[in-house]
Amino acid sequence: MSVISLSVNGAVHEVDIDPATPLLYVLRNDLGLRGPRFGCGLGQCGACTVIIDGAAVRSCQLPTAAVSGNITTLEGLAQNGNLHPLQQAWIDEQVPQCGYCQNGQLMTAKALLDRNPSPTDAEIREGMEGALCRCMTYYRIHAAIKRVVSNSATALFIDASDKTEAQV
Amino acid sequence: MSTTLQLPQAIEAALQRLNPSTSRRNFLASSGALVLSLGLGTVPGARVLAQAAAGPYPDPDFLQLDTWIVIHPDNTATFFVGKTDGGQGTGTAFRQMMCDELDLAYEQTSLVMGSTDTTPDQGGSGGSDAIETDGKPMRRVAAEARRVLLELAAERLNTPVAQLTANNGIVTSTADAGKSVRYADLVGGKRFDVALTGQNINATTGTAAVKPVQQLRVVGKPLPRYDIPAKVDGSLTWAVDVKLPGMLHARNVRPPVAGAQLRSIDETSVAGIPGFVRVVSSGNYVAVVCEREEQAIQAARQLKAEWTPPAQAPFPASNDLFDYIRSATPTSSEEPQVTGDVAAAFTSAAAVLEADYEVPFQGHTAIGPAFALADPSDNQLTIYSNDMKSYGLRTGVATFLGLPRDRVRVIYMDGPQVYGRTASDDVGFEAAFLANELGRPVRVQWMRHEETAWDTKGPAYAFKLRGGLDANGKLTALDYEARAIDYAHLGYNEPDTVLIAQLMGRRPTRIAEGGAATPSVKYGIPNLSLTGHVVALPMVWETPLRTGNLRDPDGPQVTFAFEGFIDELAAAARRDPAEFRLELVEASTEDNAFRRNRSLAVLRAAVEAYGGWESRPAPKQQTAGPIQSGRGLAYTYRSNTVVALIADVEVNRDTGHVWVKRLVCAHDCGLTINPMGLKHTIECGMLHGLSRALWEEVQFDNEKVTSVDWATHPSMRHSDTPESIDIVLVNGDPNPDRPDLPHYGAGETSHKPMIAAVANAIFDATGVRLRRAPFRKERVLEALRAKQS
Repeated sequence: MSVISLSVNGAVHEVDIDPATPLLYVLRNDLGLRGPRFGCGLGQCGACTVIIDGAAVRSCQLPTAAVSGNITTLEGLAQNGNLHPLQQAWIDEQVPQCGYCQNGQLMTAKALLDRNPSPTDAEIREGMEGALCRCMTYYRIHAAIKRVVSNSATALFIDASDKTEAQV
Repeated sequence: MSTTLQLPQAIEAALQRLNPSTSRRNFLASSGALVLSLGLGTVPGARVLAQAAAGPYPDPDFLQLDTWIVIHPDNTATFFVGKTDGGQGTGTAFRQMMCDELDLAYEQTSLVMGSTDTTPDQGGSGGSDAIETDGKPMRRVAAEARRVLLELAAERLNTPVAQLTANNGIVTSTADAGKSVRYADLVGGKRFDVALTGQNINATTGTAAVKPVQQLRVVGKPLPRYDIPAKVDGSLTWAVDVKLPGMLHARNVRPPVAGAQLRSIDETSVAGIPGFVRVVSSGNYVAVVCEREEQAIQAARQLKAEWTPPAQAPFPASNDLFDYIRSATPTSSEEPQVTGDVAAAFTSAAAVLEADYEVPFQGHTAIGPAFALADPSDNQLTIYSNDMKSYGLRTGVATFLGLPRDRVRVIYMDGPQVYGRTASDDVGFEAAFLANELGRPVRVQWMRHEETAWDTKGPAYAFKLRGGLDANGKLTALDYEARAIDYAHLGYNEPDTVLIAQLMGRRPTRIAEGGAATPSVKYGIPNLSLTGHVVALPMVWETPLRTGNLRDPDGPQVTFAFEGFIDELAAAARRDPAEFRLELVEASTEDNAFRRNRSLAVLRAAVEAYGGWESRPAPKQQTAGPIQSGRGLAYTYRSNTVVALIADVEVNRDTGHVWVKRLVCAHDCGLTINPMGLKHTIECGMLHGLSRALWEEVQFDNEKVTSVDWATHPSMRHSDTPESIDIVLVNGDPNPDRPDLPHYGAGETSHKPMIAAVANAIFDATGVRLRRAPFRKERVLEALRAKQS
């Protein structure tokens, strides 16, 4: 056992664990988080996905001692009580059926849009490919991601027109 | 002991609304709908219920109105129903149905589902019967509550019931709008104390009639599902999230090959693992128990045990499966269902077609492996589970462990998908057994390899079909013969057939014969023979190839064969596949045209929604280049719901890759409760069917299942998703405006014809008929090349 310091959703936690423990079990069982979930333990399905320094990472196979960056979980997506636009789009498009995989879908989509804010349909499919859903909500997920992409495009457009008006 | 547990939000919300008044406590103490300790008025709701854990847990009495509906002092209501919701939005639909009958706004209500000590036993989920069957008593008891409230209001307002109207939980005099009273002021926090009647829970009723469809206001609205926000913001407490003081973690160790007998366990191989508690074994069931989850996972991997393999191979390898099915002696055979003179019709047919169809074992393979947590505190047993049949789990576990039923309860919470008889049954018994052994709460989750390999399988099928056409291309004879591996088909929560019971050596006194299904033919086929045979694998017990219900248990298999073959006949007759089917439906004479009219309406709606349907036979003219496109139609009935589905595919001739680019679905399940929830259920049902069409197949050698993860058992992914999906909701009832238009089920019908629609589309695109699912690119390419050579 050894004491490991983890930065999760902006707070620092110290846990006394076997350093080889996969991050998933520490997040769930020591820190009480409910977003990342066990799906395969093999890094194949994405249900356990968290974001570490901007990258979507499978926490089920990652030894906790190997983590050095800032960890964001599903619980950390909302800011100041406001849902992340992807979470809102997930509600607007009524994406989940059972919902068990949706942590992985949302966190993978978040990392995708952070790296490419206006993906094409093909880029959405490619970027999301590793996140499995067995209720087959894929079509709804694509609609939700496109909704965010098109809303942010609209937001940019409005920003631009505001600026023009201000200049006038 | 269990004072810190976390409960479903619905239960918490319901309890937190409770007014700790004397009357409220009296209600709770005596109703049986909720079991609460007295004198805990200031304790937050979750803890109130937790402290009631001491039990016993009698069955909520479905013949008491108070069991179903509680009106709170703030003029809101909580509904208690004995169903579960696997994410299809049935909970939202139940609220809509009950709101309308009770004249409450949707926002004024909440719903508690599926926990055996707080909700009446409606059996949990299954058979797509939530709306069709269980929604009826829900509507009737809500109508009865409204009747009682109006009578109480009549007394209070000194106004005849006939002059009263109710809206949003307020009763108002139609003669004097100044005279009104809230439901809460009539029964808020108190009992209704109204007895209901009914020989069984489905027949439960009061004396009030439900409203005619024309008066429903909340029903029919596309209200968003109440459970979704907490599923996307991380705030939902899932069954897998429950933590109890003193809780241990267990993992199973399965026999390395099917039918192996445990010889010995070397406990020293895991004794050094920190947190190791115990190895538990009974017969061939083995589990390791540790303080922490990752320790239990490590121990399960590390445990050394010696096993004796069985003398005979438990099953043929999956590559030899269909030869085995065709050559095995059936364990049972159905009498053929015959119409007309089939032999004579074949003799006089101008053309006779024959085809063999095959569907392998397919699994549930939930995204989250099976889970349960059992707490033996206070000499009771509480199981936290997402089992869709929580009531059966409770009864089965009580029998399995020899406990009185009222000392066992199941708290139902959200979990991964439950499309049929999943391993959430098996794991509930395992957790209960281990908690009983250890005397502490035990949390068990299966590993991926167990979920994929040991979860129950949908039966594998081999079909033989013959069809006869006359000189005009009319279908005059059809002979259908199915063989299914379905012997010892597992029921739900049976204490003598769950996996742990099998491994412990328990055997049922009567083995389920299983069944090989025949299609529900709504076509007018003058000479028709339908037969089914069941065959068994060499090993019946302690095998990973256990058959049980998988979403629409036999439908996708049977419909693939039947609607695929109808498509072959249409092509042979050089007829347009939609027109060929429409004529066959028109020729049907059964049931006063009820099914015929609805089938015709749905088939026509699908073709219309498709847009620009060109009347022509399949296959389409091939084009240059590797990508060939085509369309495929399939139609089917399930119970009282009818669906027609059209798939547009693109097939890559060079690689064999199939992409279903577009889906069009016309669907009639009678009265729509929530069109948005319904469409999403239809959509995901289709895509689940698409996964079975394109990918899913359980593979095995002749001693173990070799499909153990997502690499060896692929499932549909994002890249397989269609570009567009169009769903049309049809009301094809011969009397579409009738005030009692029924609401039918929708959880499985759109799933059913998908394999057939894809196969028919691949034929249209390429001229190659695929008669064995799934259509992975290697198999498609092989078929394309076979046609060329």
